[in-house]
Amino acid sequence: MAIEVRIPTILRNYTGGAKAVEGSGDTLDGLIADLDERYSGLRERLVDDSGLRRFVNVYLNDEDVRFLGGLEAPVKDGDTVTVLPAVAGGAR
Amino acid sequence: MLTLPGELRAAIIAHARADHPDEACGIIAGPAGSDRPQRFIPMINAERSPTFYRFDSMEQLRVWREMDDADEEPVVIYHSHTATEAYPSRTDVAYASEPEAHYVLVSTRDPDEVEFRSFRIVDGVVTEEEVRDPVDAAPE
Repeated sequence: MAIEVRIPTILRNYTGGAKAVEGSGDTLDGLIADLDERYSGLRERLVDDSGLRRFVNVYLNDEDVRFLGGLEAPVKDGDTVTVLPAVAGGAR
Repeated sequence: MLTLPGELRAAIIAHARADHPDEACGIIAGPAGSDRPQRFIPMINAERSPTFYRFDSMEQLRVWREMDDADEEPVVIYHSHTATEAYPSRTDVAYASEPEAHYVLVSTRDPDEVEFRSFRIVDGVVTEEEVRDPVDAAPE
């Protein structure tokens, strides 16, 4: 068993086109580091110096990880992590 | 070119007018790969702001899952500008993350006149495109 990570269209160039990949870790931070070893550059698109990038939504199962501790959110085998770019913009 | 049935165009404009002076936002889903917008889905603007919009993250997850299950994709992503022209702002370009989508902009700055335009936004480059009602298109 592993953790399934669903990848949005715009980041599939990091995963060789795959819609979903598998990884492991004890926290979201660890999981992203694990993925970055195989899908180099992915971490940079999800995380910056202050934590998860503001305009990336990451969900653990059915919950926004921002409500679960962000990068420190615990993850385990069998979980599903979904990444979606925030849909945002505006006149300014 | 965006081919958009008149009733879907009217639905976007009605949503934009209803939420004015805040920005309204939403999508029209269609079968993956078809480029045919079919299912109108108004979204909550989590920012509730006259100058900014952002889909509510939990609503977005629910809607994106529904589309996944139905083999759909967001063919159109729309939002309104309430005091400026219907053209993608720098913010819109910076956050555009669906290179396959038609980005529709509506301006509600004039209560009587409708500005309704569609764009592709790919790698920071904005390209305007024609919007056509399929009823007006020549039969094949």
